[in-house]
Amino acid sequence: MKKYTSFFRLRFAMGLSYRAAAWAAVSTQFAWGVMEIAMFQAFYQAEPERFPMTLEAAVSYVWLQQAFLALFAAWMLEAEVFESIKDGNIAYEMCRPMKIYPMLFVRALAMRVSRAALRFGPVLLVASLLPGAYGLRAPQGIDRFCLFLGAMILGVLVTVAFGTLVYGITFFTISPEGLRLLVTSAMDFFNGAIIPLPFFPDEMRKVMEVLPFAAMQNVPLRVYSGDLAGAAAARAVILQLVWLAVLVAAGRIVMARAERKLTVQGG
Amino acid sequence: MRDGIFLYGHYVSVQIKSMMQYKKSFMLAVMGQFLTSFNTFLGMFFMFQRFSAVGGFTYSQVVLCFGIFLMAFTLAECVARGFDTFSSIVRKGEFDRVMVRPRGLVLQVLGSRFELSRIGRMLQAVVMFIYGMRTSGICWDMPRVMTVVFMVAGGAVLFFGIFLAGAALCFFTLESLEIVNIFTYGAREFGTYPVGVYGKHILRFCTFVVPYGLVQYYPLLFLLGKREEVWRMFAPLLAAVFVVPCYGLWRVGVRRYQSAGS
Amino acid sequence: MIMMNDICKSYHVAKRNAGFKEACRALFCREYETIKALDRVSFTIADGEMVGYIGPNGAGKSSTIKILSGILTPDGGACLVNGRTPWKERVDHVRDIGVVFGQRTQLWWDVPVIDSYDLLKDIYSISKETYKHNLEELTELLDLKELLKTPARQLSLGQRMRCEIGASLLHGPKLLFLDEPTIGLDAVSKLAVREFILRQNEEHGTTVILTTHDMQDIEALTRRIILIGKGRVLMDGSLEDIRRGGGNIDQTVARLYRDYDI
Repeated sequence: MKKYTSFFRLRFAMGLSYRAAAWAAVSTQFAWGVMEIAMFQAFYQAEPERFPMTLEAAVSYVWLQQAFLALFAAWMLEAEVFESIKDGNIAYEMCRPMKIYPMLFVRALAMRVSRAALRFGPVLLVASLLPGAYGLRAPQGIDRFCLFLGAMILGVLVTVAFGTLVYGITFFTISPEGLRLLVTSAMDFFNGAIIPLPFFPDEMRKVMEVLPFAAMQNVPLRVYSGDLAGAAAARAVILQLVWLAVLVAAGRIVMARAERKLTVQGG
Repeated sequence: MRDGIFLYGHYVSVQIKSMMQYKKSFMLAVMGQFLTSFNTFLGMFFMFQRFSAVGGFTYSQVVLCFGIFLMAFTLAECVARGFDTFSSIVRKGEFDRVMVRPRGLVLQVLGSRFELSRIGRMLQAVVMFIYGMRTSGICWDMPRVMTVVFMVAGGAVLFFGIFLAGAALCFFTLESLEIVNIFTYGAREFGTYPVGVYGKHILRFCTFVVPYGLVQYYPLLFLLGKREEVWRMFAPLLAAVFVVPCYGLWRVGVRRYQSAGS
Repeated sequence: MIMMNDICKSYHVAKRNAGFKEACRALFCREYETIKALDRVSFTIADGEMVGYIGPNGAGKSSTIKILSGILTPDGGACLVNGRTPWKERVDHVRDIGVVFGQRTQLWWDVPVIDSYDLLKDIYSISKETYKHNLEELTELLDLKELLKTPARQLSLGQRMRCEIGASLLHGPKLLFLDEPTIGLDAVSKLAVREFILRQNEEHGTTVILTTHDMQDIEALTRRIILIGKGRVLMDGSLEDIRRGGGNIDQTVARLYRDYDI
């Protein structure tokens, strides 16, 4: 276990070294958030009765999404990993005394957490200071906040587990870049990165909510504002646990196959 | 001038020839470009499944607006890709090579990258434009046709200027360039809707600071017949003036590069 | 003719200290220090001379080359190359020079070398006759015939260097800068490159300035050597002056470095 934690620390420090870019990222995310909220507000003003959540919930959804972008963003699937799988350099990684699945898992986790660690503070701070409808409200109630934290941790783990499964599948495809393209745009669409799931038509939303993509950012971002609460929230968190278990199991199986394939063919 | 255009054509032909060495990744890039914009489209499409209008604009009208804006952006991106990737040109020392050749710097940088793969996005933009054009109930006459031409051309020049300014910033810092993305890729995303929709503060910003409004919102109102003032038709030409300060910044940057080294 | 008179150049460099705490502080403020890259450098090089410009890493070699090729503007001092100040009349100046950076390519990576040459013809506006003549001559002397049809990325290092040198001589420059032209080459390619440079100098009277760490290059090619260290010219003399120290040339240079404490 210790080797994985030190591997995590190494990758974490690597992520932190992009600190100069962090300022720029914070301003970018801030501007992005303002624009997104302005858009939701425009729709809200046009037909408030058709707005599927409170405006306040939409605002907090946007700010949390921007603050924790690196945790859930689809483009954080590392092109570098795809590249090394394609040209076979991943075999070198396998010389280290680590299992490949936990290694890739830890690597992706460290990268996401380190990127987000530098960014979320300033974005949240500024967002909470904004006046009127644009501002981020403090969490209502300690229990809801705890649920939010739990759902967030699960959401990140599901995102990482899904990503690692994709890495595994990459070993069996002819075109890693193609796979990466399809997966990232599907992820963006289904996990609520483009518009939050409640905005989709009901029939569609019902299907989308049971997909693994909904177990990523969708749950924590909506739990925070209470848009997802009570029994529905409990169901969503349980679904997160289920998907996490399924994705990890599937990832390990696929990766074990891939490992065997690599050793047989010599990469 | 003619010589310059001829040389640019030669650059482009070499770029295309290079790209054709990697047909598979070219096709993937085309698909990728298509998918990112298509996701933006889907976001808007599903919003309109729920809402019937935003800021007084219907679905067809927004599709038309998005189509025109995306055409302008894609044209600029196709041509000005050298500026968009300028930080890597500086970092790799390619810019030193540009300096030791007896030609204009802008021309050489433009010639160093040409992104044909943007046709994936262009195709989408054209399809949206045609759909919007036919369904948004515009009675097409000469002034409206001219307005569309001006919107695309003025928008392309505006984005060209932004890419140029972004490249100029590379001379000062290589690290905090993500901000420029707000004005290029961010604008591409949020330019889906007419900028007037975002409220008066943002509209003011998009009029006087970075004049997206002049190539999109104001002429669009004229195009849709919501307003009749003729100046709206020519507003995009005014926006093109934005490229002048951008070029100034570029010149300052080049001078700094010459005195500070890389 | 090249004349450099009291050229000075210093850079401001952001201080970077190790450690997490320092790194966090750097987020908010930065300290700068001034580094003198060139400190009153003067020399004159006549037409047709071959000069070895040597010195340890960071001595100011590449700053000098950048100033002479018009990329960098010095802080003070005068510099004339064929009667022009390089950084003031960049375009006219670079028409007359050829630059080979040993570590970087000037060829377009994915297309056959001949396509790169054709593009260079247009960039330098070389007339058809001159181009044909120069290309034929270079093809023969550098043995490029087979290589011209090959994309640059498929060439070996030695083959590529021959093509690079060819590319920088297509427009018949009077002055050639070679920055480590033999780095990483095998013995056969090294000899071929050296032989070609000698011939070029003899037959066309091309002035050659060579920076290198390879003392055999210096012995084979140059009669005059300028040794630079810490931004100052430490010695300007002949190969014999260096040899006078006895022993082989590497040792002599190493001792000179020690004597001058650089």
